[in-house]
Amino acid sequence: MTRSALAQRMSLLGWSLVLLPGAVLGAVLATLWITSISIAALGAGIPLTLLATVLVRWFADLHRQWAAARLGEPVPARPYQPTPDAGWPVRLWTILRDPATWRDWIWLVVNSITIWLSCGLSLLFFVCGVVYLTYPLIYQLTPSQVFRTPMGEGFRLHSVAQSFGLVPLGPVFLLLWYVTAVRLANLNARVIRALLGPTEQARLRARVRQLATSRAETVDTQAGELRRIERDLHDGAQARLVSLGMSLGLAEQLLPNDPQAVKQLLAEARESTSSALTELRDLVRGIHPPVLADRGLDGALNALALVNPIPVTVVTRLPGRLPAPIESAAYFAVAEALSNAIKHAQAQQIRITVEFAPHHRGGAAGELTMLVSDDGRGGASIDSGTGLRGIVRRLAAFDGTLTVDSPPGGPTEVRMSLPCVS
Amino acid sequence: MRIVIAEDLALLREGLIRILRANSFEVVEAVDNGPALIRSLTTHRPDVAIVDVRLPPTFTDEGLRSAIEARRQIPGLPIMVLSQYVEQIYARELMSDRAGAVGYLLKDRVTDVDQFVASVRQVATGSTVMDPDVVSALLTHRSADPKLLELSPREHEVLTLMAEGRSNAAIAARMFVTEKTVSNHSNNIFTKLGLKPSEDDNRRILAVLAYLEG
Repeated sequence: MTRSALAQRMSLLGWSLVLLPGAVLGAVLATLWITSISIAALGAGIPLTLLATVLVRWFADLHRQWAAARLGEPVPARPYQPTPDAGWPVRLWTILRDPATWRDWIWLVVNSITIWLSCGLSLLFFVCGVVYLTYPLIYQLTPSQVFRTPMGEGFRLHSVAQSFGLVPLGPVFLLLWYVTAVRLANLNARVIRALLGPTEQARLRARVRQLATSRAETVDTQAGELRRIERDLHDGAQARLVSLGMSLGLAEQLLPNDPQAVKQLLAEARESTSSALTELRDLVRGIHPPVLADRGLDGALNALALVNPIPVTVVTRLPGRLPAPIESAAYFAVAEALSNAIKHAQAQQIRITVEFAPHHRGGAAGELTMLVSDDGRGGASIDSGTGLRGIVRRLAAFDGTLTVDSPPGGPTEVRMSLPCVS
Repeated sequence: MRIVIAEDLALLREGLIRILRANSFEVVEAVDNGPALIRSLTTHRPDVAIVDVRLPPTFTDEGLRSAIEARRQIPGLPIMVLSQYVEQIYARELMSDRAGAVGYLLKDRVTDVDQFVASVRQVATGSTVMDPDVVSALLTHRSADPKLLELSPREHEVLTLMAEGRSNAAIAARMFVTEKTVSNHSNNIFTKLGLKPSEDDNRRILAVLAYLEG
């Protein structure tokens, strides 16, 4: 524990040595950028501004990554508006109008100050600690005039022996460094996050874009589903009912003269109703399985497990019934993942675990987690088949996610999650 | 034979009554919801109850649950459940008390009137009748079991028909063999599955199904 804590602080010390010159570079970039803008009116400044913008954004990206790693958060998406593929003045205008551009610039200025308060201070504590700890040695090794006044003119050293008096200051500074290093680095990361992270507005814009995409996909999927149902009804049950009517009509006509043929026709008619019913049953199962309506997710998954050639274990921890759309989405996602595993994995044993965790991410919503794991040959990926991608699309409509862990040789674990209110 | 019917769709209820009356059953009452079913069964104590799985007021598996509840009050009451769908999980629940006859059939099996009437009679007289869909799903599910793999295709066929509640005579007629051959096959099946042979049809089916359920 102490070892890793110390290693972490040493690595932060290393980062200070990178970030401090970085701040200087940032100041240079800011100057370059502001200079190139001010001469943009002359024409020559335009390409220079564009170049400076690319550099600034690259530089800001590096800091975003550093801050995200420091704070243990995902790297925020770039907040910049896309640059249009047009003439340079238009591009420049887009860049100038982008609030993210100005936030970058403000950050460059602020950073050149705050970096000294965070990384600089931390580095200073460490250096002071080391210097005071080794003061007698330094005093001894350097010309006698150089290190005679360690605390300014008021206090003058006259011998090596006196310099030992400063050694206790070493541990004090090192302790100060040890205690403050992580906090100061985090402070720096927070400044970066505040100024370079997406604004609330940018976040909302990204969310709207994502919702629009997932809604378009949902609408497409729904429309496709309706077309499939229409086609199945038209080609299946409807056609069978017509043929049934025809058989009965002919039977009616033949009744007085050929009772034997009528018997045959009636038998055929009965067959037709059976087939029509079978088709309707399959169709309904595909839309909403009756056992899901009757027994909820728990019962439906157990029923699903019962009819499989491979032994399937189902473990559920659910607080009673979930909202119907969630139950349905979860059921079809698990069913698809299960049939994927049966078809491709060559597994001996499949395990389904479904759990509901309330108050996910501190919000009012809970999270439903579904795990389908098998001991098969592995190598499954979202890109390799349509099955898993279909689930991803289904879940996306609910802001759900799917991840696959399936090294070649197995085992495979498909993890799906759906945010929901219980 | 006295029958109580529970079916909420009037068309189907009338159709069932018509078929049963035409085959000289006495329909003592026809109800259309779960609570009424329990009341009717405890009052009339019929020879067999024909119950739709999905009934008001919940329109889920109310019929099934009411039937099971009624049987808790009247142990051994023969129940024939009809459903638009068959689910193994329901078959299992129906047989869970291991007492008395049950039938579990898809609604469309009713259209084969002779077979349907025979099934109702079998349940009323204490046999168990499972829909071929349930049986084939059970057999598929258990197909990896080494004991089942030992069965010959012929024996497999006999086991399936047995689980559907058919008598040896019916199985013989269906397979175009003599009754003696069927009884030989069934004895082999019992030996291979490690079940003690028994004269009792009902216990035979229950034992087989219990084995298939695992």
